[in-house]
Amino acid sequence: MTDTTPTNSLFKISDRTKSRNAAEKRFRIYGIAAISIGLFMLLVLASTIILRGTSAFQQTFITLDVELLESKLDKKGNRNIDDIKKVSTFGYNPILVNAVKASLEKNDIQSSLKKKELSGIISKSAPSQLREYVLADVSSIGQTVEFRFLANGWIDGYLKGRYSRESVANSKFASAEQFDLIDELIKVGVVEKKFNLDFILGADASDQRPEASGIGVAMVGSFYLMLVVLLLSLPLGVAASVYLEEFAKKNLFTDLIEITISNLAAVPSIVFGILGLAVFINYVNLPQSTPIVGGLVLTLMTLPTIIISTRASLKSVPPSIRDAALGVGASKMQTVFHHVLPLAAPGIFTGTIIGMAQALGESAPLLLIGMIGYIATNMPTTIGEGLLAPNSAMPAQIYEWAKRADPAFVERAWGGIIILLIFLLTMNTMAVVLRRKFERRW
Amino acid sequence: MKDQLNSDREASLSNGMPKITAENVNVFYDEVHALKDVSVEIEQNAVTAFIGPSGCGKSTFLRCLNRMNDTIDICKITGRILLENEDIYDANVDPVQLRAKVGMVFQKPNPFPKSVYDNIAYGPRIHGLASNKSELDDIVEQSLRRAAIWDEVKDRLDAPGTGLSGGQQQRVCIARAIATSPDVLLMDEPCSSLDPIATAQVEELIDELRQNFCVVIVTHSMQQAARVSQRTAFFHLGSLVEFGDTEKIFTNPSDPRTESYITGRIG
Repeated sequence: MTDTTPTNSLFKISDRTKSRNAAEKRFRIYGIAAISIGLFMLLVLASTIILRGTSAFQQTFITLDVELLESKLDKKGNRNIDDIKKVSTFGYNPILVNAVKASLEKNDIQSSLKKKELSGIISKSAPSQLREYVLADVSSIGQTVEFRFLANGWIDGYLKGRYSRESVANSKFASAEQFDLIDELIKVGVVEKKFNLDFILGADASDQRPEASGIGVAMVGSFYLMLVVLLLSLPLGVAASVYLEEFAKKNLFTDLIEITISNLAAVPSIVFGILGLAVFINYVNLPQSTPIVGGLVLTLMTLPTIIISTRASLKSVPPSIRDAALGVGASKMQTVFHHVLPLAAPGIFTGTIIGMAQALGESAPLLLIGMIGYIATNMPTTIGEGLLAPNSAMPAQIYEWAKRADPAFVERAWGGIIILLIFLLTMNTMAVVLRRKFERRW
Repeated sequence: MKDQLNSDREASLSNGMPKITAENVNVFYDEVHALKDVSVEIEQNAVTAFIGPSGCGKSTFLRCLNRMNDTIDICKITGRILLENEDIYDANVDPVQLRAKVGMVFQKPNPFPKSVYDNIAYGPRIHGLASNKSELDDIVEQSLRRAAIWDEVKDRLDAPGTGLSGGQQQRVCIARAIATSPDVLLMDEPCSSLDPIATAQVEELIDELRQNFCVVIVTHSMQQAARVSQRTAFFHLGSLVEFGDTEKIFTNPSDPRTESYITGRIG
């Protein structure tokens, strides 16, 4: 129409085509820009997490020969366990000071530091570490044993570059002289940075001992949460979806249920948390802060996800398979269990894993039922204890660390995020692999 | 062929009753009146073809014969359908038992995504027709032989049924339907997704199946109806317009609508 040249040559590109092509080109650029921004953000996120978090897996250790003095630990000298137990961790402090002094002497290092400052380079968890060792093996009293202690969080922070001599000038927890001493001790190999397995396997520690805290117990807490979620939400979710999809008549009531389930999937998780607090803890009187309550709450949250994905995968099984089974005289139940469910299984498992991954990363509802805060538990030893003893979960532990004042805890929060992400990535990879492996076979 | 037909007819007459008798069957999908007052008598050892334009109700009627319409919530059926003088819509009839007696083959080949063997063995297994493995093996072999596919699949009984060609799949589906030794075999446009060669094989098979079964086939192809059936019913707009010997329907139809359809003026 706008073409004013007499010929309708294919080589002459009309204005309309030009503007159409330009629009397409623009759209492609927008798309590439959007993807680039996304990838850049992901890169920033991943590199920040790795840069900040990996240092949490290393910890500064001090290796000392400790003389377990009989005069301090067993004054009567009869190795009576009850008497030895009377010596509190406080009584082990002088032994530690002596050990540091001995090490300095042995390596020919001069120091003007006072006793308290000398033992201050060692973690506050060291006395109880010593005490546990002695109580476990009374015959060690009087001998000299080599111990590997955690260094105090401030010393660890100095080695990791968190603190400098200037920044601790006014601190009452660490001093420049201590850092000088550490430099000397590093030279002779008494102080060194090593991989810290206890960060992955250990329990949380109090505010004064960031160096001793680990995510292990919270990991076990998360495991029990997931156990409860899996055992409850998979059978419930699959039974509900199979009934709704294959057996229930379509009427107003089932429509209402369907809408409700879809809406439940969009309910903020903190609402489920307060529901759990009101129902499971206040009304049913289940013990608070426990994985069983957390698991129940997360089950409520995961159920809609599982039901929706299960129904979708049941719907994707072609009706001709149901016809075929019914046609040879299979009952409705046989049709579903022999033919439909096996074909829908990969989709169901994928949905379940994704729902569980969501639940694993959830922290808001756990805050409300008390699975948060310093929970000085040891590892649960039985399944009952695992379900009914107060515990935390990985995301709640990370939140707890991030809000504590000492930057040493923030480092551990980043480290915890790495571990949590490894779990989530593994689960999501499993979901993808399952989906790929069993993709439509008809 | 004609002698054969006559002797078969005599055999069924001597039985004294048709295999299936439908009396005033009406089908409603919600408000839609899909099938209006259909009454037919379907004979033993003969192929009965249902023909008619799309949406005329022939498939709906076929699915009434083994109560496959039960799976559709909005479907309401009135009237009586008797299988050997027993009302299949009686409250005491379990559709599962009925479907073991009235097998069905569908428009699209729909083997289970399992091995060929398991496809055939599934029906006998759930109905407990075989007491041990060798009996089951026999049933599978017999069914595949009768469906004229044994030679093609005997070496790959463990291969998935979905890996066969369309025509082979459909014959496996036929074998699956006859493995439960039904009395009646319903076929809903069994050749509509097959090529001409596979169609010819299936048609030949249908003719053979007539010896042992009462076969009812829905088809879009009038040539197919003429080739394989002895009796033909013409449906139009939900009503049964004409029902009689295939030869008569195609050469000398009594209703003008039938004539219009078979000569290609409607439908």
